[in-house]
Amino acid sequence: MNSLRKLGTKLSQVAALPFLSFLLAFFISGILIAVSDSRVLKLAGHPWQMIKMAGTVIGNAYLALFQGSIFDINLTHGHSFFQGFYPLSETIVTATPLILTGLSVALAFQSGLFNIGAQGQFVFGAIGASYIGFHYSLPPVLHLLISLAGGALLASIWGGFVGLLKAKTGAHEVIVTIMMNYIAGYFILWILKTKAFLRPGRIDPMAPEVGTNARLPHLAGADLRIHAGIFVALLAALFVWWLLTRTTMGFKFRSVGANASAAKTAGISIAYVTTATMALCGALAGLGGAVHVLGSEYAMTADIAGSFGFDAITVALLGRAKPVGTVFAALLFGALRTGGRTMQSNTETPLDIVLVIQALIVLFIAAPALVRYVFRIKNLKTSASITSKGWNG
Amino acid sequence: MSFELRGITKTFGSLVANDSIDLKVEAGEILAILGENGAGKSTLMNIAYGLLQADSGTILVDGKEISINEPSDALAAGIGMVHQHFMLIPVFTVAENIILGHERTGRAGTLKLEDARAAIKKVSEEFGFDVDPDAIVEELPVGVQQRVEIIKALIYNAKVLILDEPTAVLTPQETDDLLRIMKDLKAKGTAIIFITHKLREVKIAADRISIIRRGKVVGSAQPSASQEELASLMVGREVTLAPDKTAHTIGDVILSVKDIVIKDHTGRDIVSDISFDVCAGEVLAIAGVQGNGQTEVARALINLEDHIVGSMKLDGVEINGFSVHKSLDEGIAFIPESRELDGLISSFSIAENLVLDVHTQAPYAKGISLSPSQIRAEAEKRIIEFDIRTQSVSDPVSSLSGGNKQKVVLARELSRPVKLLIASQPTRGLDVGSIEFVHERILAERDAGRAVLLFSTELDEVMALADRIAVMYRGKILAIVNSDVTRDQLGLLMAGVVSAGAKSA
Ligand SMILES: Nc1ncnc2c1ncn2[C@@H]1O[C@H](COP(=O)(O)OP(=O)(O)O)[C@@H](O)[C@H]1O
Ligand SMILES: [Mg+2]
Repeated sequence: MNSLRKLGTKLSQVAALPFLSFLLAFFISGILIAVSDSRVLKLAGHPWQMIKMAGTVIGNAYLALFQGSIFDINLTHGHSFFQGFYPLSETIVTATPLILTGLSVALAFQSGLFNIGAQGQFVFGAIGASYIGFHYSLPPVLHLLISLAGGALLASIWGGFVGLLKAKTGAHEVIVTIMMNYIAGYFILWILKTKAFLRPGRIDPMAPEVGTNARLPHLAGADLRIHAGIFVALLAALFVWWLLTRTTMGFKFRSVGANASAAKTAGISIAYVTTATMALCGALAGLGGAVHVLGSEYAMTADIAGSFGFDAITVALLGRAKPVGTVFAALLFGALRTGGRTMQSNTETPLDIVLVIQALIVLFIAAPALVRYVFRIKNLKTSASITSKGWNG
Repeated sequence: MSFELRGITKTFGSLVANDSIDLKVEAGEILAILGENGAGKSTLMNIAYGLLQADSGTILVDGKEISINEPSDALAAGIGMVHQHFMLIPVFTVAENIILGHERTGRAGTLKLEDARAAIKKVSEEFGFDVDPDAIVEELPVGVQQRVEIIKALIYNAKVLILDEPTAVLTPQETDDLLRIMKDLKAKGTAIIFITHKLREVKIAADRISIIRRGKVVGSAQPSASQEELASLMVGREVTLAPDKTAHTIGDVILSVKDIVIKDHTGRDIVSDISFDVCAGEVLAIAGVQGNGQTEVARALINLEDHIVGSMKLDGVEINGFSVHKSLDEGIAFIPESRELDGLISSFSIAENLVLDVHTQAPYAKGISLSPSQIRAEAEKRIIEFDIRTQSVSDPVSSLSGGNKQKVVLARELSRPVKLLIASQPTRGLDVGSIEFVHERILAERDAGRAVLLFSTELDEVMALADRIAVMYRGKILAIVNSDVTRDQLGLLMAGVVSAGAKSA
């Protein structure tokens, strides 16, 4: 009972800053939605009516955001009640790869590394999974597992190379990963035009669909796209948590991340930690790419990675480089992204407002003093240190 | 003029840092304030200088109450302060630092530095300081940087000079220079408040001594009081300053270092051709002024330095070229010079810090998985054995005081089987009580038959602990002498003078 209460206070301490940032971001974005709406602006001479109109506009926009990301009663007409959750399914489908890339960046933060390379690692995960998925035909389950593992492995080599380079030559991982993202981006363009990846008789850059045995099964029937990849992502989060808190390897990672000089003095090899971390980061982001291909896309295209690797940085920051935090942050981003589309088509509010919301949330998390000021809170817990270290470490 | 603090009280949350403190200092007088780390000395002085506001109490100059809300008020009232941590901008020149906050500009907004240069020259000559107004501050030795701070105070006509632990960062020679400067200033009528926890200096410099413990003035003493008396007033119990060093038998050679050369990244020799042996059951102290290569030698012995030339044999095994991990595993306990930087991970818990270098071994780990409960259980034992004062072993190590932090490092390093203990500046920045504890533990290791290599810049420490003393100067060992060497002979050796009096051992 006592420990439950302790957990409660700890949770509220840790979650307070993200939650308040979230509120503040929605509040400010609400104002933006109102002042950029033509119907509100038309009433400029009538303050009272204008405020009423603003309220309606903001309410509608956020209602659409909700309907687009969680549940929409309109979708149940003529279908089962279940179909109303189609938006939630879409949210989770978007969040799934984002959880994995987010974990990749978060794990790097824990070791004191800044992994900008999730994008490239994602690409290689997708390439590996896609190739094994369409080129071979293997029994059920086995095919899926090998495709997932193949994608993760390829990406882990890609990521681990960066770690090795840093360990051996001191090349900064930020610069190297940025460059490697370019290479990955062009590599996928090229490989999609090679014989091995072109679909028979076609010349457009799109890989064949992966075999049915290699696909992640749907979780809620064929009408909803939600697939078993979310379990892969949650397992990965559990794995990262276990690794960091319950293994000697994770202890080394955290030691180097928190104070490399003391870790070195205690006999921990920085080179080992750097290489192992980047290889694992590669595997995680690569798993993201694999899950995306095997779960929802099936056929790989050149822009398969979208912005999953870049949003991952924001997601990891928002999740404070913690596995659980990253999962929630990715779900939030998934919801904003899918809901934003509905908001754009149903109301006058553009999709871009979602980007504003995302940016504001991160801004407030990064500058807790602002949140503290607005809400007049003195002791807001801000353990952002690990994610706000300089680049010259 | 006279300067007086009356009934100063200051709380931080529930902590009473200053509890109605009264102090008075007259012109031409040195008042020493003696107190352990955390006693509230800096807090009191920051109040006097306007960096902090007291909850209650008054400040009087020449018997008249004045209000000091910020440092400029203090300066105007003739109060100057040299902080424990210097408040200089490292990349600025001396002159630029001196006019900082009082900049005067010519036409087109250019800085006018001539006045400052002239004033610096004048003060420098008056007190025999050797300070170039156009030198970049970060390129100056620490002792000279401190003089810049003093000059700054004097130029703005300080009649009361507060020196907050000014000797903590100085070498023995620089310390003696400072004490001389203080006496000069006193002769010219400056009132000085001298804060320290070093007893020898107090006895040399002070006219009167006030002792602060846990935020209260607990007594005053004359400089004629013995060091033991002063120490027990400060700590609040009996202390033994010179630990009991029993006669002992020296065993076999444990560490044998031959012709070690260490170069910096530019290829310059930092350490050249150093050789020495340390035997089981003896303390070999490597004395020397900071920056003469001791840091590098200590680090080299566990292979923290790259490209070490020469031979380092631990119990017959050549360890040059081993990884750090393997060097430690061969049986070396290592207490690094900077516990904050190299000894501890401040965001980690006390329990985690206690296993930094053994976290892969039983019982802390089984295979690849860590056993947090075992780590905690062992930590509970350690905090009792080493008297680490904390509420819980899960608290971050950053919540501990300096002395307790060092005890964590000691507890970690001395809880595994080792043949050699390397301790680098093990009592730097610690209070008397903790110093006593660290010294006792070091001697206990020696008496248990381990070889101990002590790197220290503190003469007192070297004299108290060492069986033999090697003095390093400019990357070389100048002499290895027996512990019956005198303080003066040692001081001369540290300054690079090989005198006839010191006989080699
Ligand atoms: N700004 C502060 N906030 C909270 N506690 C403080 C602050 N400054 C000092 N303290 C606490 O007040 C006590 C006295 O500190 P200080 O005056 O620095 O001691 P001293 O200079 O004698 O070593 C210590 O316990 C210290 O932790
Ligand atoms: Mg102090």
